[in-house]
Amino acid sequence: MRANKRRPRPAALLRALLGALFGSLGALATSAAHAADLPEDRADAMWHSYDGGGTKADGPAVLVRKSVAGKVSLSGSYYMDHVSNASIDVVTTASPYKETRHEWGVGLDYAVRDSLLTLAATRSKEPDYLAEGVSLDVSQEVFGGMSTINLGFTRANDKVGRSDISGYFDSAKHWRYRLGLTQVLTPRLLASLNYESVSDDGFLGNAYRSALVFGAAVPERMPRTRSSRAVKARLIGAVGDNASLRGEYRYFWDNWDIKAHTGEAGYSRTFGPKWLTEAFLRVYSQDKALFYSDNATTETLYITRSRQYSTFDSTSFGARLAYTALKVPGRYEVKLNGSFERINYDFKDFTDVRNGQLYSYDANVVQLFVSATF
Amino acid sequence: MTTVRCMLMRGALLVVAASVLAGCSIQPWVKPYERERLADPLMALSRNGLADKHRDHVFDVREASRGATGVQGSGCGCN
Repeated sequence: MRANKRRPRPAALLRALLGALFGSLGALATSAAHAADLPEDRADAMWHSYDGGGTKADGPAVLVRKSVAGKVSLSGSYYMDHVSNASIDVVTTASPYKETRHEWGVGLDYAVRDSLLTLAATRSKEPDYLAEGVSLDVSQEVFGGMSTINLGFTRANDKVGRSDISGYFDSAKHWRYRLGLTQVLTPRLLASLNYESVSDDGFLGNAYRSALVFGAAVPERMPRTRSSRAVKARLIGAVGDNASLRGEYRYFWDNWDIKAHTGEAGYSRTFGPKWLTEAFLRVYSQDKALFYSDNATTETLYITRSRQYSTFDSTSFGARLAYTALKVPGRYEVKLNGSFERINYDFKDFTDVRNGQLYSYDANVVQLFVSATF
Repeated sequence: MTTVRCMLMRGALLVVAASVLAGCSIQPWVKPYERERLADPLMALSRNGLADKHRDHVFDVREASRGATGVQGSGCGCN
């Protein structure tokens, strides 16, 4: 005779599982109560510049953040890119152009117990492109403040136009989901792990770009959906009494068959109470998209010659400098900051059609800004 | 159905194990008074959000990879 076993129902198990999960998170969060801190009040005014490969983009950017009643922090930002484009794509298939991009952002941070909720919205506008997005991020300190868990979501909509038509002719939607963990490992060592998934639906190409098929220029044909994942690990540790060393690695993959590796290392050091310096190195490499071709020899549904989706390596190095110009402890601090970065791009399957050689170029990135905390 | 039940049972065991670990065995081993060094700007993963956002944008428009940078942002007309 078969024993009549009582099997737990899946629904009951699921309830028990959820109960235990929230119970364990609660236990972690309350094991040592620690109130979340709002971001500090600050104001930044920056001038930024990118110059390389025939493209120049520079302009101002400002950010102001102020807390209200100790529970909420409000922020507002403005960013401008004045672009002068004579890149290899432009000079070989069209005419150089100039345009300006404006980006506005507003944000609200709300601290409740040991959680920080951040709601933000951005709007970026240029003559032929409009991008709008809203995001919600939750940051929760657990395990006596030794661990911080972040969850975030962004939803964005783009409208795509062309300079030779009025209005917009297409659109794109984007969804971003992110998860992060920052962990105190020792009194001198900190680690973080980030994951982000991005999905796109709509017009994902460039309205002006051409591809080459049998040597003839044809309009670029891009897929209308894309899904990607990325994971990044960071480690930063104190070195001696006045220096730190950090290392970062990111792995990226998507359903366009692109895989990319990014590595970065930096060494920071203070000189006296007023100077903070950093030297850093970044290396990057990626594989091409399935439908990328420098000059296709078969007809395919999708085709692009965007070097953004080609096979290339990039190496950059730079330095940052911060000088504390004014400081009244507990009241305010004003810093003067400068940053310079030199980037080299080395393309493996993108040729310069003017000379038939593989293309490469160098770019300089400069940031000069004043930051004040108060 | 059996597979679902099996997965739920495994998940439940995992969470119970995590609860036991969280509640009993492992305690925060770096005390708040030992974290002074970690609060130093030298140990910040991001010192200037505005500058990091600009740098992220520079790479975002030129490289195929995106996301998990630790820098918050959204649409930018990058195509």
